[in-house]
Amino acid sequence: MAVAAIEVKDISKQFRLYSEKHTSLKERVIHGGKMPFTPFWALRDVNVDINQGETFGILGRNGCGKSTLLKCIAGILKPTSGEIRVRGSLAAMLELGAGFQPDLSGRDNIFLNGSLLGLPRSEIAKRFDDIVAFAELEDFIDNQVKFYSSGMYVRLGFAVAVNVEPDVLLVDEVLAVGDASFQRKCMDHVKKFQREGRTIVVVSHGTDTIRQNCGRAMVMNHGQVITVDEPGEAIRIYLADLLGVGTLAGSESGGIEGNVLAIGTVQAEHGGSGSRPHMYPGESLTVTADVDSLDAVPNAMATIAIHDDKNELVFASDPDDPACAMDIPVGGGVVRFYFPEVPLLDGTYSVSVGVRSATETAIFDWKDQVTQFEVANPGRSTGRVRLPVDVSFRLRSSGHTGEVPAVGAQFAPLAGWEETAS
Amino acid sequence: MSLSVEPTAHSDPEHVQAIGGGTRFVPGQSHDRVTIVNGKVQLGQRLKDLWLNRDLLLLLTRSELKVKYKDSVLGYAWSMLNPALVLTIYFVVFKIIARNHQPFFAIWLFAGLLAWNLFNTAAMGATSVVVGKAGIVKKVAFPRELLALSVVGVALVLFAIQVVVLILALLLFGIQPDFTFVAILPLALVALIVFTGALSIFLSAVNVYLRDTQHLTEVLLMAWFWGTPIVYTFGLISGELAKYPSLLWIKYVYLCNPVTPIVMTFQRAIYGKTQYTYAGQVYHVLPNWGPLTYAGLVGIVLAVSIGLFLLALIVFGRLEGNFAEEL
Repeated sequence: MAVAAIEVKDISKQFRLYSEKHTSLKERVIHGGKMPFTPFWALRDVNVDINQGETFGILGRNGCGKSTLLKCIAGILKPTSGEIRVRGSLAAMLELGAGFQPDLSGRDNIFLNGSLLGLPRSEIAKRFDDIVAFAELEDFIDNQVKFYSSGMYVRLGFAVAVNVEPDVLLVDEVLAVGDASFQRKCMDHVKKFQREGRTIVVVSHGTDTIRQNCGRAMVMNHGQVITVDEPGEAIRIYLADLLGVGTLAGSESGGIEGNVLAIGTVQAEHGGSGSRPHMYPGESLTVTADVDSLDAVPNAMATIAIHDDKNELVFASDPDDPACAMDIPVGGGVVRFYFPEVPLLDGTYSVSVGVRSATETAIFDWKDQVTQFEVANPGRSTGRVRLPVDVSFRLRSSGHTGEVPAVGAQFAPLAGWEETAS
Repeated sequence: MSLSVEPTAHSDPEHVQAIGGGTRFVPGQSHDRVTIVNGKVQLGQRLKDLWLNRDLLLLLTRSELKVKYKDSVLGYAWSMLNPALVLTIYFVVFKIIARNHQPFFAIWLFAGLLAWNLFNTAAMGATSVVVGKAGIVKKVAFPRELLALSVVGVALVLFAIQVVVLILALLLFGIQPDFTFVAILPLALVALIVFTGALSIFLSAVNVYLRDTQHLTEVLLMAWFWGTPIVYTFGLISGELAKYPSLLWIKYVYLCNPVTPIVMTFQRAIYGKTQYTYAGQVYHVLPNWGPLTYAGLVGIVLAVSIGLFLLALIVFGRLEGNFAEEL
């Protein structure tokens, strides 16, 4: 039986949106104390139990109420109705270094911030060295915080927050701080928290963070709970239902405009088309491009490029690949690109298609990011691509035998392996 | 908002110590207190939270002092410039220009200003403190009344420095305070702190919603100052009023100012005299009450102040819920 670390019962939170806000007594008096407002429900009847020891993700678009919920749980905002019960001590990392006083030294700020997070002074003194070591600020701890770099600032903030060692930790998209090595350290600390059975609630709109760390995830929209499910499914619902990227947007029709050849409708279809809007990693993808041609174009080269949602190039076809060469007759036809297996992971990818001459002197037509497809990953691997991986284990060779007690199949001993190992 | 803590009804036997070895965290043991967040204001809980966070109050006060005075002797000396200047101005204006014949008028002024400065500094500072610390208020959950109380703490430290200066001045002028009444001073100080705390908490919350409270406070405190017998004497007021028996009620209204009995107690103890003779005429500066009457008046102020303090906590609790949105 799991004990709920956080019980959220019928929480609603109303904000008042004033068209004209009177923040002084003078204005109030002038306007007769009336302030017309539109009620806005940031949270509506939210019910969720978060179990002890679980890492729980909250997903949603900007303004869906996820941060408001976190603030209510932390006790920063008072819910309009409903009740939240939190078992054990709680620390919220809504913003790293929020309580820092720029004019005080790092040392003083550790005490102040730790105390704000609810730690008695004696406890802070005990953990002081750990905090400084974690933040890697040994040389600067007596400097005023206002002279810290932004990296040092967040490092100190994170170090204090995690060293408070709360039973429940609330995190609002702050895990991506510092340089790569510090980020790894943060993640290690989160893992340690998980091992220790602490409860972590992460709010993010980064699906990778949620997928990698969470046991369950909740999707919110317009202040309401859409679903609470395992992360893969929750992310799928988030992407499909909320971002509206589910449908394969197709077609941008162009015409022939003083050119020999023009690309018309471009469409992408994947192995799961028809049953679901998104594809899974490893499924096939077919991109078809309608090509109109006024003239016969011998030796045309069809090219295709795929960009991810950050507009970074993921793939562009080899411009010299003879397989891309084709003769297009008068009137044109349909160019078909077939990817038997697309190992891409989560995301929305856009497809660009072009046709040019083999000599590269003329680009007949180029449709930039004309259609897109979306990949939703049901598994828990993260990143851009899913690389097939075989994992095996063997003991280090003792030297007198060539036998390799491999667990997996193919782990051929490398030349010179035995020398380096012994 | 209320953040209340209660023991849980059950502890879960299935929760064994987490794997990973050497961890301090054991679910189902000492981590079983439950915090409840809802829309209600529970006064007892607020008081308890204040007590539990007394370390934080100390740290907030200390960091405020550190930021202001950089932990240096010169910094604190600098903080005395303002009260010293005020004292000098009143002394020059009333003693030299207006030819006030009260002996040791500077000590009289000092005694009254000592109490007033504590009240004034805290009330002025506290009004803007929640708005000024919006960064913390919006991002961290803690009893926010502590912000207002930390300003009172700062004022108290400045008060202590002024006490040292006052003692030096008394030794210099060879004035002996009335020690029977000095014994009441701790009670008077406590009453003053509670009253100041109540007003500070109230003003700090109201200013979030009505930002011109800050300016209003300044004006009202100015009026309040002149409505308190600091520069002039209470004897002057009651003497004038004695001429018009029908106006005696004004005296009682005047005494309803909670700061007045406290200031008078400070004056009675430090200045040590209730009357002086000038050119053959006797002038009363303070009523000729015994120490019990003074203590009784101060006690009434303390009782009222405790009530106001609790009221301020309730008001603060109601207004606090929307701080994060309003700031």
